[in-house]
Amino acid sequence: MATTQLPTLKPADFASDQEIRWCPGCGDYSILAQTRKALSTLDFPKEKMVFVSGIGCSSRFPYYMNTYGFHTIHGRAPTFATGLKMAQPDLMVWLVTGDGDGLSIGGNHLIHSLRRNVDIKVLLFNNEIYGLTKGQYSPTSRLGTKSKTSSTGSIDSPIRPLSLALAAEATFVARTMDMDPVHTTSILQRAAAHKGSAFVEIYQNCKIFNDGVFNYVTDKATRSDNALFLEHGKPMVFGKNRDKGIRLNGLEPKVVTIGADCPLDDVVIHDEKAANPTMAYLLSRFANPDFPEVFGVLRQSEEPTYESLMEDQMREALAKKGKGDLQKLFRNDDLWTVE
Amino acid sequence: MSATAPTSPRRVEEVDSITIRFAGDSGDGMQVAGTQFTNVSAIMGNDIATFPDFPAEIRAPAGTLAGVSGFQVHFANTDIHTPGDSLNCLVVMNPAALKTNIKDLLPDGILIVNSDSFGANDLAKAKYANNPLEDGSLKGFRIIRVPIDTLNREAVKECNLAMRDADRCKNFFALGLVFWMFERSLDSTIRWLNAKFGKKPDILKANLDALKAGYNYGDTVEVMPVQYRVAKAKTKPGTYRKLTGNEALSMGLVAAAQMAEKTLVCASYPITPASDILHTLTEMKHFGVKTLQAEDEIAAAGMAIGASYGGALGITSTSGPGVCLKSEAVNLAVMTELPVVIIDVQRGGPSTGLPTKTEQADLLQAFFGRNGESPVAVIAPRSPSDCFDMAFEAVRIATEFMVPTFLLSDGYIANGAEPWLIPSVDQLPKITIKHPTAPNGTSNGPSHENGAGEPGKFLPYKRDEKLSRPWAVPGTPGLEHRIGGLEKQDVTGNINYEAGNHEHMVRTRAQKVANIAQTIPDLELEGDQEGDLLVIGWGGTYGSIATAVQRARRQGRKIGQVHFRYLNPFPKNTGEVFKKFKHFLVPELNAGQLLLLLRGMFLIDAKGLNKVQGRPFLVSEIEDAIAGFFKN
Repeated sequence: MATTQLPTLKPADFASDQEIRWCPGCGDYSILAQTRKALSTLDFPKEKMVFVSGIGCSSRFPYYMNTYGFHTIHGRAPTFATGLKMAQPDLMVWLVTGDGDGLSIGGNHLIHSLRRNVDIKVLLFNNEIYGLTKGQYSPTSRLGTKSKTSSTGSIDSPIRPLSLALAAEATFVARTMDMDPVHTTSILQRAAAHKGSAFVEIYQNCKIFNDGVFNYVTDKATRSDNALFLEHGKPMVFGKNRDKGIRLNGLEPKVVTIGADCPLDDVVIHDEKAANPTMAYLLSRFANPDFPEVFGVLRQSEEPTYESLMEDQMREALAKKGKGDLQKLFRNDDLWTVE
Repeated sequence: MSATAPTSPRRVEEVDSITIRFAGDSGDGMQVAGTQFTNVSAIMGNDIATFPDFPAEIRAPAGTLAGVSGFQVHFANTDIHTPGDSLNCLVVMNPAALKTNIKDLLPDGILIVNSDSFGANDLAKAKYANNPLEDGSLKGFRIIRVPIDTLNREAVKECNLAMRDADRCKNFFALGLVFWMFERSLDSTIRWLNAKFGKKPDILKANLDALKAGYNYGDTVEVMPVQYRVAKAKTKPGTYRKLTGNEALSMGLVAAAQMAEKTLVCASYPITPASDILHTLTEMKHFGVKTLQAEDEIAAAGMAIGASYGGALGITSTSGPGVCLKSEAVNLAVMTELPVVIIDVQRGGPSTGLPTKTEQADLLQAFFGRNGESPVAVIAPRSPSDCFDMAFEAVRIATEFMVPTFLLSDGYIANGAEPWLIPSVDQLPKITIKHPTAPNGTSNGPSHENGAGEPGKFLPYKRDEKLSRPWAVPGTPGLEHRIGGLEKQDVTGNINYEAGNHEHMVRTRAQKVANIAQTIPDLELEGDQEGDLLVIGWGGTYGSIATAVQRARRQGRKIGQVHFRYLNPFPKNTGEVFKKFKHFLVPELNAGQLLLLLRGMFLIDAKGLNKVQGRPFLVSEIEDAIAGFFKN
């Protein structure tokens, strides 16, 4: 097969002519910039990329990308993306959603698209608040969050997006943050390379309604003590002095200080390909202040995608029954002829 | 294997048509018996129409009134349109079936009773204080008592089946008996049994033995008074098969996709009475049909629209409660002007309503059940076989006009069957779909404050003469564009909230749907071409209305009939046709939905005939309403 040289794309080639309407200082700007950058490195034709979104601040994303884009309805973006992949399995489909869109109104569709392993890259911008409707608490807001609809503090226990994605059998589960552009770009590249449902939670600051909710990991001063950057095959080490690690006592993770009491060899080695998702699930529950919150790829496994299984069945049917013949179809029952 | 009918010396009576109903417990196999009887009658050249009627519960407690399942067949030597108002013959397998069905049997009608099932216990389950076979309450019917349980067990005893399995053959014993009575051949049913039970020889033999034993019982036992003969119907020459509305819909969709050279993507969520469409399409992978069982009704609509966005034919099939859930997604397709076909096999509502019963009460939901000014195309087949043609039309309209298209079937025509003259594939119309491959912005293009004259640019809302927008498919280089549910500027498709633009877009979307009228057939006026009364119907009620109008016209009344298969838009001659009549009667299986539209849109003083019982019209009900007009 002849290979055609793809034109080299620059991040600017992915910018549409539309004026961006997010608030000044919104974390979405950084994610948009890193997405354009990551895509420009992929050697993948721009016209075969589609951004599908639901409703919310994050869901305006497709308008700002010079690719195909479909801004759909609240919570249902995974369904449109799934249908699109049925029509054209070769497209690279990105789905941009938020904590309200993806986990509240659209929680059901998110679960089902992940468990089917449709080859869709889901970017969930988590700002723990409803922005576009002007400041109500969301399904990821922490207990006690005061907002326009929870003036005395929310009493809803929050969803852990990574735990949910793992429970839904997502084959790629990762987290990054708007304030770490280099990390964001690398995770987006990894998601792009994954065949199957990729779920990426992105901590994103809402300047207007929930400013600073992730400061403990986004501030450079406190980040290294509060964030654990996972690397496949490397020990789970963090801290300003790289002297803290994660050790397992049975199924009980512990934060330890590396040294005489705990040699580096006792620290858990991250294995994103582990057949058993238990460790990934434990990591997904790490929460400030008891544990460092994890960034990077928690889990990646190779499973057949939904569309490849469907294509297999289509081919098998064709091989078994031959190409569909309408005349035969019309006559596949008892017939009678009137002279 | 073949069965030769033994010669019979008994009296044979020639009749024009017969209506027979098989009724028994849900577990008694009445649907199978009825279907077999229908197939044989169709193959023998009669015109046929059927009405299966079964409970929503899969197995209500055996022997109870709630568990009765029935299958009605009307077969005739003339062209018929309905499964018949009342019964010439009723077969009942237990007291509950007798109690719920006897009201439909004509005086002097034949009642075949399984006399083995009239014990005290059976009578109690059917809430009979006295045995109706003994208390004189069935006077006036020709009762034939047949100990079906006993005779059937005797017939299949060689097969050494467990009692339970032996008893499961009794529907074939009853069927054999009825086959004898109406001079039906056993051949097609024997073929069917062989195909179905070929791998279970003992079950196969038992069913065959039961069938033949029933037939021979009729031939040899004196209790059967007479045989009936219904001659072949004079129908248009050609090759026929029998099909139900749901089968016809499925085949119509596949045929349309083939003629459009498109992948069909059907995404649905199981729901009565529409599930059969998804079942059937799942077996059509070799036609390039992809099916998805979605996680819910909303997802099904989203997947269908997503598939259409990707250049496939997106279809979703459902019933009324599902349409409620799909509304928001359908509205997105209205706004983004994407083709999608929504099949609503209507059932009794509101809410969960009557899942297995028929109704026509989703018309206004299809027209108006979305937020904002949201015009869609609405069409409705008028009979089971018409489902094929209208499925084809739904695909044609949706893709030609880039518009969501509702196809309103109903439980009655979905499950009812009639003969279908098989069309020749090379005479099926082509559906031509063009996807743009190059930018459509030109330096001298249509002027627009922000979209015109941009050579090299793709303008997703630059319309053709029908007002349809280009269907640009992701993957096409140079046509990258964004669409969504926000109001957009005409021509460019950019988000736009300006007052004037919004009104322009609302009116443009409406005009686009109105333009469909230029591509659909005129309303056909049957019966008198002008006169006193026009009877107006839509959808699945055609058969009952047509039969009633024919009968009334035979009495010398000047009556016309029109039946809408296209509802939004209405055919362009609709107003002209209305001008030729003085009075209007609109029979509907709802509380007056088409009536409301016609009164509002055409300012005619139409009167409704409305029935909401989960059952189709009897011809007599419409005849009475027509007679009422001429009395006043």
